[in-house]
Amino acid sequence: MQLLEIKNLKVSVDDNVILDGLNLSIGKGEVHVLLGPNGAGKSTLVNTIMGHPQYHVESGSIYFEGKDITHAPVNERAKAGLFLSFQNPEEVPGISLESFIRTSRNTVTGQPVKLFAFKKELRQKMDELNMSEEYASRYLNVGFSGGEKKKSEILQMLMLNPKLAILDETDSGLDVDAVRIVSQGVEKYKNSDNSLLIITHNTKILEYLQVDAVHVLMDGKIAKTGDRTLIDQINESGFQHLSAAPAV
Amino acid sequence: MKTTGNKTYVEDIDRSVYDIKDKVDAAYQVAQGLTPEIVREISEAKNDPEWMREFRLKSLEIYNRLSLPNWGPSLEGLNMDNIVTYIRPNTAMRGNWKEVPDDIKNTFERLGIPEAERKSLAGVGAQYDSEVVYHNVREEVRRQGVIYTDMESALHDPVYGPMVKEHFMKLVPPEDHKFVALHGAVWSGGSFVYVPEGVQVEIPLQSYFRLNAPGAGQFEHTLIIVEKGASLHFIEGCSAPKYNVANLHAGCVELYVAENARLRYSTIENWSKNMYNLNTKRAVVEKGGTIEWVSGSFGSHVSYLYPMSILKGENSRMEFTGITFAGNGQSLDTGAKVVHAAPHTYSNINTKSISKDGGNCTYRSSVTVLPNANDCKSSVSCESLMLDDRSRSDTIPAMDIQNDNVDIGHEAKIGRISDEAIFYLMSRGISEDDAKAMIVTGFAEPIAKELPVEYAVEMNNLIKLEMEGSIG
Repeated sequence: MQLLEIKNLKVSVDDNVILDGLNLSIGKGEVHVLLGPNGAGKSTLVNTIMGHPQYHVESGSIYFEGKDITHAPVNERAKAGLFLSFQNPEEVPGISLESFIRTSRNTVTGQPVKLFAFKKELRQKMDELNMSEEYASRYLNVGFSGGEKKKSEILQMLMLNPKLAILDETDSGLDVDAVRIVSQGVEKYKNSDNSLLIITHNTKILEYLQVDAVHVLMDGKIAKTGDRTLIDQINESGFQHLSAAPAV
Repeated sequence: MKTTGNKTYVEDIDRSVYDIKDKVDAAYQVAQGLTPEIVREISEAKNDPEWMREFRLKSLEIYNRLSLPNWGPSLEGLNMDNIVTYIRPNTAMRGNWKEVPDDIKNTFERLGIPEAERKSLAGVGAQYDSEVVYHNVREEVRRQGVIYTDMESALHDPVYGPMVKEHFMKLVPPEDHKFVALHGAVWSGGSFVYVPEGVQVEIPLQSYFRLNAPGAGQFEHTLIIVEKGASLHFIEGCSAPKYNVANLHAGCVELYVAENARLRYSTIENWSKNMYNLNTKRAVVEKGGTIEWVSGSFGSHVSYLYPMSILKGENSRMEFTGITFAGNGQSLDTGAKVVHAAPHTYSNINTKSISKDGGNCTYRSSVTVLPNANDCKSSVSCESLMLDDRSRSDTIPAMDIQNDNVDIGHEAKIGRISDEAIFYLMSRGISEDDAKAMIVTGFAEPIAKELPVEYAVEMNNLIKLEMEGSIG
């Protein structure tokens, strides 16, 4: 059984069909990379997997650990072990990052959080991400720089330890040092149980990861799947020559 | 979460505790409406000194001369001919809680008033309909020379009577507007507070106003004098059970803050939704003094409420923090006014409003800087949150700046509860209801932390409770 299995997915936004006939499978412990030209529907795909209400599934199904989650509420998907690192995380005033993560962990695990151990773990992970401690008591993402927002996403991922983490351009807009720190965070998360689906324009974040598959999303479906070398091919010659190629 | 069908819907605040009505057992009440005879009758019943009787009759003349405001929420449902302006409860004022009659006592017990006094207050006053039924101050506060009593006792006191005469409706004259003229004619009850020079009152005083009788008006007068270098925190709370006829609240608050004195005036207003709340509050602040307003408006059918601060002395300051929550059938027109009348004065107005289920919130403010007020600073920030597309929010800030050498800032934001934010929170396992509650609580948080703590906790609990369930 695959961890995530998407079958023949058709998705529309405001009556425009964005994805049509998309298939994708991710196994336990695997790292998959999703590439594609701008506007191909990469963000549509990951938002649909997470259950964003703006994206309407017209047909097809999404299974997570064999369970049909195509129409499951967003929070139930999170509880099942899905996580999305947002491209532009929302700012939510009035709730601190720390208390938000605590509430979130409490809900996702269904276990009461032990305060002292939690605090210690949070401090340690923030330290690893080179985040100053004061961010814990600041309102969720409010006034954070682009880089701090992305670190806040990775921090949440590390604290929630989901089964599948989807990173939507987590490395974009970051300087070299921040990319390195975020990449190290991702590497810490990855183990033989946890899986990743990474949307990126940058190979830096993949440097320390073993990539199991690379997919190219074009014309509403997966146009090509290959191994790591596909990334280099595309970096050299772009997506253009792929569009005529038959889907794999 | 789906966008189709579901609307963000928040229930009304649970008012059950406020809505318990007592049997109306008045010792005495005047007839409905407003005539010189009724005003004389009130004055007689209250055994007013001569000057006060004249003041009342003069105010009535002014009331008859002035017209209703031609702006703001509709006052159509308010017919003065149907309002009973004076209802004396069936008891004299007590200084001992045990002596207050059982039904009145039970009402205040349900509202948690005596408990709050035992726990965290320096003194408590409780008004029931037109008269104050209970007043008590802690011994150590009394020993500091602090006077906290009902207005009638102060008016008849040989020492404080002249002080009342000197200050009563001098800051808010009856000519100001129609409802304050009405107040001048029929006022009854309220609190008088005097804090002598240099005295710091460490724990708050609280007055609680309860209007029980249907179709009645409450017109309490609050007069606070904080002398040089002294400080005080005063809290007022108001509530009433819901009736099908209009009730009217036209109180008046006058605050005198002397040199380097500090006064914090907190109000939690939770009138029932048949109440017209047309209240007037004003402070004058001398050199180096500070007035801080904290204002929570949750109840009433219609409110007009704009506490005003006159920064009269150099380096005087005002801070206004307010939150307004309007639900179905409510039009709450709230805000603040400030006049910078001296150099180096500072004002900061920070308000939030939440409207839902067809409720209307209007933020209205005015900032005036007089020509001589060099180098003053004013910042105004108002934010509104609308929880559905049937609710309404307006922002009407006015500024009259007559001096170039000033630093003035204004920021207004009107928003809806964002679907993206709900999605974000839900993607971390939080349910839709909890996500909405989190966003609304978070929106109110900067204000909630200024409220007296038991009110802040209650407000957050209410928001959480109201967010559960219902789909519109």
